[in-house]
Amino acid sequence: MVPKIMRQGTLTPWLYLAAAVAIMLVFIVYPTLNTVMLSLRNKTGTQSAAVDCRPGEPCWGTFDNYRYALTDSEMTQALRNNTLWLLFMVPGTVAAGLLFAVVTDRVRYERLAKTIIFLPMAISFVGASIIWKFVYALQSGAGAQIGVLNAALVALGRTPIPWLTSANWMVNNVSLWIVGVWLWAGFCMTILSAALKAVPGEILEAARVDGASEWQVFWRIMFPIILPTITVVITTMVINILKVFDIVFVMTGGLNGTEVIANRMFKFIVTNQGRSMAIAVLLIALTIPIMIINVRRFREQEAIR
Amino acid sequence: MSTERVKNTLRRIPLHIVVIGMVVLWLIPALGIFVTSFRSREAVRTSGWWTALSTPPTPGQEEYAAACASCHGADGKALTGVDLSDPTVVESFTSSARLIRMLREPIDGQPHVEDPEWQALIQDTQRTREAVEQLAPVSEHLSILSGLGRAVDYSLTASNWIDALVGYKGTETYQADCATGVSQSGKFKCNARDLLNPEGMARAFLNSLLVTIPSTILPILFAAFAAYAFAWLHFPGRMWMFALLVGLQIVPLQMTLVPIAQLYSKLGLSSTYVGIWLFHTGFGLPYAIYLLRNFLGGLPRDLFESIYLDGANHWTAFWKLAVPLSVPAIGSLAIFQFLWVWNDLLVAIILLPTSPVLTYQITNLIDPRGGNWHLLTAAAFLSMIVPMIVFVAFQRYFVRGLLAGAVKG
Repeated sequence: MVPKIMRQGTLTPWLYLAAAVAIMLVFIVYPTLNTVMLSLRNKTGTQSAAVDCRPGEPCWGTFDNYRYALTDSEMTQALRNNTLWLLFMVPGTVAAGLLFAVVTDRVRYERLAKTIIFLPMAISFVGASIIWKFVYALQSGAGAQIGVLNAALVALGRTPIPWLTSANWMVNNVSLWIVGVWLWAGFCMTILSAALKAVPGEILEAARVDGASEWQVFWRIMFPIILPTITVVITTMVINILKVFDIVFVMTGGLNGTEVIANRMFKFIVTNQGRSMAIAVLLIALTIPIMIINVRRFREQEAIR
Repeated sequence: MSTERVKNTLRRIPLHIVVIGMVVLWLIPALGIFVTSFRSREAVRTSGWWTALSTPPTPGQEEYAAACASCHGADGKALTGVDLSDPTVVESFTSSARLIRMLREPIDGQPHVEDPEWQALIQDTQRTREAVEQLAPVSEHLSILSGLGRAVDYSLTASNWIDALVGYKGTETYQADCATGVSQSGKFKCNARDLLNPEGMARAFLNSLLVTIPSTILPILFAAFAAYAFAWLHFPGRMWMFALLVGLQIVPLQMTLVPIAQLYSKLGLSSTYVGIWLFHTGFGLPYAIYLLRNFLGGLPRDLFESIYLDGANHWTAFWKLAVPLSVPAIGSLAIFQFLWVWNDLLVAIILLPTSPVLTYQITNLIDPRGGNWHLLTAAAFLSMIVPMIVFVAFQRYFVRGLLAGAVKG
């Protein structure tokens, strides 16, 4: 609570808040509401979305853009992929991050090792995509393979694989996920590592004295203690992955079965505003549960304060 | 005692293998483009970056030495009349199909090629296809020998970086073109002014700085005021407004791009730096206010009370107490926002298409057929230098900000 002596006139707080609140209203609140409205309009935002309905074809009237966003085959593919991204990447990054946090904790060159694992966080998705496009590069014809992966395959006597343009869409997606893990594992590691270091040493010592193995110490003591942190990392990753755009945009352009929601939205931004905005609304609808979780957690923390 | 230590060290070997293995795995992809950025276009196209330090044999050299050098000599000049270093002689044999046709002709009743294996291959019309393939390196070697073709340059060079900086997309290098005077249709002046070429990375670098620096300062400035209000001023709705802010942090920015772009075209802010500064400020604010408010709110009450007892008001308390004390939090935020804006692609494409920033400029360089890796890798590295330096130098602040934002409590 604010000390009594610091009480001020009713206007003062708003002077401090004015600039920030005004900018957020213009740049976040207004456009979000506007996006919802535009999602009910046609391609150019001039008329209701219902005008594009043709007799004999399925139509949801004013909500026709949502028919596209929810039922069109391109969109169901994007929704499927985002779901797969979530199912693979969330456990993948959290597990990799946890593993790094645990093992680097036990070596003397911890700082160096962690800096290297964390470094991908500093570079742009575009830079990362160039790095990985080169790893996946495929040379057609007789020339030598210049991508590490395909060169390794050739060295092992196997045929090179088009990692990003395979006829098997799972291959393309897995290739993208590997990039995602490379990028985000460092983030998970950093947060989980801080949580691990905060576990009181006496508890661990006591368990070891009582004859617990390292495995047991980890799963029975450390893991439950850092569980709240793990849920925080998971919610952050879920948001990151729902919004995933740059990697897909630069590496595959969403082709060959790798489409994701944000890239679909971007494709329509000029050509079909109504659809684009409906997809954006779908995206925010998917993030609302996380938003609620975050606000609730914040309230709990404030209660403890 | 000592055996105990040895045992202990041995037991830790798998641990080191795991850690070092992971570090190497993480480094290899980036190392690949770093090495590639120093290799010539042809070297990149024909061999993997891991071979950069070993000079691979020139194609056809071995075959030539085995089958031809005994008569023609290593430099091709041994036989007068058929000087293989003379381009007019070699001209007609740069394709291996024509080379074979010529080799089939006997010379003075003797087969042209002495080596029985080669001879068998050349004479067998059933295996023409195979022969063409096998002899292709030889005709390539002949064209290099005669000066018609050029041997692949495997030496390491900085020319890719220069090409990327000035935005040179031709088939030679910027320096070579300038030296021979064939600068691309007058696009380049071959002096320092070329660094301002709008298609170059140097210009994009400048654009990135122009976008990033104000976009980092503005949100922190506004956020500091708002955070102070949330932490130390009393007003109705304080709690729920802050809760709303927590929610706003995760609004996907995709939601807001189109309405803002439309608003900008009405206000004349399309493709202006002011426009993109304001946008990044808007999106940086919720997190910045959140982090700063938590930091300011955690400062001891006594400090504020005592400065008030000394007769200060909010304005002086803000500047004399709150701002100096929150330097660590401001540092974290600055690094966050800097990296975020520097690395952004989507906002830059839509709101500032006419002055491409680094990320956007790189996507302009991407060749769908993968023909310009030499340029792309140098460009990618140019875009990474600043964030990597900032990151490594201020890692402590970055981590602190990350922890404060993600796991407050």
